[in-house]
Amino acid sequence: MSALSSIEPTRQQPPAVLTSGLGKSYGKGEGIVHALKGVNFEARCGELMMIVGPSGCGKTTLLSVICGTLRNDTGTVHVFGEDLAKMSSGRLTAFRGKHVGFVFQQFNLIPTWTALENVTVPVLLTGGSRSQAEKAAADLLKEVGLGDKLKSLPSQLSGGQQQRVAIARALVHEPRLLICDEPTAALDAASGKRVLQLLKDRACRPDRCVIVVTHDSRIFPFADRIAEMEDGYIKAVHGPGEIQSLYV
Amino acid sequence: MLFGDRAKYTMLVCGLSFCALLMTQQTSVFCGLLLWTTATLRNVRVPVWVADAKVEQVNEVVPLREIEVQRVRSIPGVEWAVPLFWNILQARLPDGTFQGVQLTGLDGASLVGRPSKMKEGRIEDLRLPSAVIVDQVAIHKFAKRGIDLKVGSVFEINDKEARVVGICETERSFLGQPYVFTTYSRALEYAPMQRKLLSFILVQPKEGVQIDSLLAHISSLGGLRAFTAKQFSKETILWYFKNTGIPISFGTVVILGMVVGIAIAGQTFYLFVHENMRYLAALKAMGAGFGVLARMVFLQAFTVGLIGYGLGVGIAALFGNAVLKKGEPPFYMPWQIMAFSGSVILFICLLSAFIGLVKITRTEAAMVFK
Repeated sequence: MSALSSIEPTRQQPPAVLTSGLGKSYGKGEGIVHALKGVNFEARCGELMMIVGPSGCGKTTLLSVICGTLRNDTGTVHVFGEDLAKMSSGRLTAFRGKHVGFVFQQFNLIPTWTALENVTVPVLLTGGSRSQAEKAAADLLKEVGLGDKLKSLPSQLSGGQQQRVAIARALVHEPRLLICDEPTAALDAASGKRVLQLLKDRACRPDRCVIVVTHDSRIFPFADRIAEMEDGYIKAVHGPGEIQSLYV
Repeated sequence: MLFGDRAKYTMLVCGLSFCALLMTQQTSVFCGLLLWTTATLRNVRVPVWVADAKVEQVNEVVPLREIEVQRVRSIPGVEWAVPLFWNILQARLPDGTFQGVQLTGLDGASLVGRPSKMKEGRIEDLRLPSAVIVDQVAIHKFAKRGIDLKVGSVFEINDKEARVVGICETERSFLGQPYVFTTYSRALEYAPMQRKLLSFILVQPKEGVQIDSLLAHISSLGGLRAFTAKQFSKETILWYFKNTGIPISFGTVVILGMVVGIAIAGQTFYLFVHENMRYLAALKAMGAGFGVLARMVFLQAFTVGLIGYGLGVGIAALFGNAVLKKGEPPFYMPWQIMAFSGSVILFICLLSAFIGLVKITRTEAAMVFK
């Protein structure tokens, strides 16, 4: 499957993530840093949305607020229609566990657990039984081409293989929102493209939204839309016709 | 997570084992030592002891007048009362050297207070001229000087002949000297001349008599103090607590063990949490609530605690097994000591886990993106 032949998101599809006037600051007094300055952002079901921009422009903060690991100071953030600001800490944790999958830059696989054990975690956290979790994890690891690495520790896998385990972990509990933070930063070009292709193939579905924060222009072709950030704002959102101009 | 980090896991188990070992072993030696202070009470085995009113513990003798035995016998509720001589005298060995002995003079007619277990000879032979019965400690102590003490051997106490007619087994005493049993009248012959020589009066109450009122009655005679064996034992142990540096000495070692345990376990566990913060934050981001993370941390802390405790107490028990066969140093490990060590280890684990948990709670899940 080619990178650009994914599901074409349409305006009729409901927004998966919708933020309005989102603000977030760190520090106090003279040292205050305004990381987000009224961000209006929308990501729709069925699309792979990338957030790009220079270091310190607020990409990671926006991602953290969207996935509910950080509270915003001003504005609103709705994920699948739910207002995250109105959720208690416990409910927000449960919401993340059920609806959000994570792929991290440094993989964050627990080094003393096998690939299979790492992938079972989200199922176990959402109340699944161990046997259910192991079956789902093993099936998914086979699907990402790691059927022979179930018992391998992360240290016994290459960077690309570790990121495939991380993707399996992010998808195993069928989340509706997939958050990827610099998923190719620790990988070489070929591995990075394979990982994005895997995300495109496995994660992009009409009921699911994938948000990728990246610096890596080589993976821009995999995006359905790209939001360009600068200094705490969304500077521009590029549709399918404009993406090519960003990396050519 | 912790079990995969072998260095920290080993460090934690070793630290907690050392802590449990130090606390269990030292407390057991301390308890054994205190138990030794009351050995005479268990070797003589009578329900009521009467001593001079100034006596505070069983290893202290303030001699009484012989007439006190008759006064005690006259009290209604006393089934019988017999004299007991007990004091430390010097025995002169065949090689000319001296050895302190705990000379115990039993009532010649009844032999009340006789040793509970005879290894050789008969207790009744104590009525033979110059007869004494020695315990296993005497055999051991004499053997150290190359003297093979056996039935028929002769040594001197205060220039008078003492002929061994039997060997018994006794509980070792705090004072360390062997017990030498003889009759009360012969003990008075061995003892240096004094106006008063009676050490204790041993009493058997009549059946159905209220012990407390009997003790009060004896004490009201004036100049006497009566104890049950249990009370005397308690008073003796308390006396050693109040008047010797033994509790402070052992207490210091036990506290040191606790401090070492807390320092090693606390620091290692904190480091473990700190180094794994990225993974714990990732779990937090993926939906692991406080309860899940707390269970993870506590499970790991308690598992290393249990292993460390088991190893520490196990080594202490092996030590105890070895020294009990040898007879010294003292060792007594009741379940309360194991419960004490277990509680301290539990406390250390709780504290370590708590420190780790505070770190986890203060960390935002968003740090996983940094």
